[in-house]
Amino acid sequence: MSNLFDIKANPSKAYSSFAVLAVILVIFPFVAANFGNSWVRIIDFALLYIMLALGLNIVVGFAGLLDLGYIAFYAVGAYIAALLASPQFAVVLESFVNNYPVVGNFLMAVFGPEIAQTGLHLSVWIIVPIAAAVAGLFGALLGAPTLKLRGDYLAIVTLGFGEIIRIFMNNMNSPVNITNGPQGINMIDPIRIFGVSLSGEAGSNATLNIAGFSMPSVNAYYFLFLALCIVIIFVSLRLQNSRLGRAWVAIREDEIAAKAMGINTRNIKLLAFSMGASFGGVSGAMFASFQGFVSPESFSLTESIVVLAMVVLGGIGHIPGVILGAILLAALPEILRHSVEPLQNLLFGKILVEAEVLRQLLYGLAMVLIMLNRPAGLWPAPKHEDRPTSSNDKTAEA
Amino acid sequence: MDTFIQQIINGLVLGCMYALVALGYTMVYGVLNLINFAHGDVLMVGAMAGLTIISFLQHVAPDLPGIVKLIIAILGAIPVCIILNVVIERVAYRRLRNAPRLAPLITAIGISQLVQVFAMIIWGRSPISFPSIMPSTPIAIGGAVISQTQVLLLVLATLAMVGLVLLVEKTKMGRAMRATAENPRVAGLMGVDSNKVIVATFAIGASLAAIAGVMWAANYSSAQFAMGFLPGLKAFSAAVLGGIGNIYGAMVGGIILGLIESLGAGYIGELTGGLLGSQYQDIFAFVVLIIVLTLRPSGIMGERVADRA
Repeated sequence: MSNLFDIKANPSKAYSSFAVLAVILVIFPFVAANFGNSWVRIIDFALLYIMLALGLNIVVGFAGLLDLGYIAFYAVGAYIAALLASPQFAVVLESFVNNYPVVGNFLMAVFGPEIAQTGLHLSVWIIVPIAAAVAGLFGALLGAPTLKLRGDYLAIVTLGFGEIIRIFMNNMNSPVNITNGPQGINMIDPIRIFGVSLSGEAGSNATLNIAGFSMPSVNAYYFLFLALCIVIIFVSLRLQNSRLGRAWVAIREDEIAAKAMGINTRNIKLLAFSMGASFGGVSGAMFASFQGFVSPESFSLTESIVVLAMVVLGGIGHIPGVILGAILLAALPEILRHSVEPLQNLLFGKILVEAEVLRQLLYGLAMVLIMLNRPAGLWPAPKHEDRPTSSNDKTAEA
Repeated sequence: MDTFIQQIINGLVLGCMYALVALGYTMVYGVLNLINFAHGDVLMVGAMAGLTIISFLQHVAPDLPGIVKLIIAILGAIPVCIILNVVIERVAYRRLRNAPRLAPLITAIGISQLVQVFAMIIWGRSPISFPSIMPSTPIAIGGAVISQTQVLLLVLATLAMVGLVLLVEKTKMGRAMRATAENPRVAGLMGVDSNKVIVATFAIGASLAAIAGVMWAANYSSAQFAMGFLPGLKAFSAAVLGGIGNIYGAMVGGIILGLIESLGAGYIGELTGGLLGSQYQDIFAFVVLIIVLTLRPSGIMGERVADRA
């Protein structure tokens, strides 16, 4: 399977399989749309999960740091997109003016009356870098006190951090209303790329028209997310083979040895942390714009566990494996909903175990069973992943 | 002043529960160097089992005094938790004892998820209210009040901790535990059966968690499948605060954390000029955790530096 895409070993075969894959990926949403737009929507979410899982893979897979609050960075990205591209910012300004007139008037003077009326509506080109930067900063802030300690502490602190972020999002509606509390932020602008709104113009029934060619909005998002995924996959691959990536692997395998080799382990770990976080921030921003709505509910601990389960199931540290894991687990709830519940109805006449419960059960089971029986995951990284293959190695293996 | 005394009482009550749970973390960490993430869920199962026993008793023997019912519930919940925790150790941790660090952490998360899902299937998704079986007239102390459930909790927690100290310091099993915590290999060479010690450690941790679980549910009059998460996390912070691996540290850390949390919740509004309210109570534990890890990772009473790779 993997040698089909090996450019070095067999270029012509690799390029043709890439071409086939590209054609499949382009045609896919149009085929799926025939069965209903909801299917394309599911695929869109699967792509978002792939981005998240790849981001977490940098932290957990490459650097070997267990991050249990990863969804917090997703939340940070989503809320930044929500604040910068919705009427909510006007509400924020207004509540500052009402509660802290000094700060409020200063902010009013900075932003002007128009923003106070309609809120900020920045373009996606500004939001994505901001989301990535802020999430990355949060990652570094969180990692700094714990990274010189053992990994277990990091796991617990990240777990707590995820919870803190959720508590803040839930409660930051008073005295100054920033996140609008449990209700969440509504009416987030859809993404516009070169003046084309991906949700379609008003009254177009969520259909896009580009140069006489029309497609449903979910397909447009599919292509956007696909492009982002490809960028993230590319970045991950390049990182993996870079000096930095090798330093991460060295730290993961033996931190003391890595230190002895002259790697500044703390800074390198911090970098892993904030890079993973910034990937999470970008996908969070995408999520917010795609949904048009964010609320603290979407960022519970279970979500962190879901993303972790994807990385673990597919193969910790192996990019194709992680993608496989993300697709499998993102598709799982839909498959369960369409198979398990009707089956139970058929067998027992009622639903004994809901699909949602079963889904969580399978996430837990996947993590335990994989770790016990196949710790490298369903599609593990080939051995000696970061060493050049030489004939010596092959004879040694045989 | 009344609020101050009240918050101290609340803090002690909360702190005793944290201490009981923290002991479970710290003992397991002492012998295995492993964070048992599922420990909070053991507390939840204890609460749920206790609740089931109490509602059963309400049917069978409604005339029993409340305190007897509560104690029967605790005594019933303890074996349930012991079995659960020992099974967890057997299934999830034993085979990974020499695996890379990440592996047991991930199985622990998976197990925690599984325990919660099974609890959700057995006891349902919505919170179950705990019947008020203890007399509800509170006892007044210097302008503040303490409920009879809380008094019972303080008594039970003290007894459990004294019992634990005697067990660890005076018995043969306790000596084996201390030896294993000090150096597992040498303890093994001296004839200590490390598997036995580890199982005993998990069992003791589970019984303390069972007491804490039932009393937690009785104190807050409700129980739910997800209730174990926050107490677990905070108790872990308490264990780190006290110095992980040290049982006295866990007790002190638990009580200090309880006091910080309840005083913090009581005064955070005044301190921050109304900017933050008591709804931020839950973040104190993490702030404490982060401060301790930054300034003194070995905690108040820990001697070992945390980094033993």
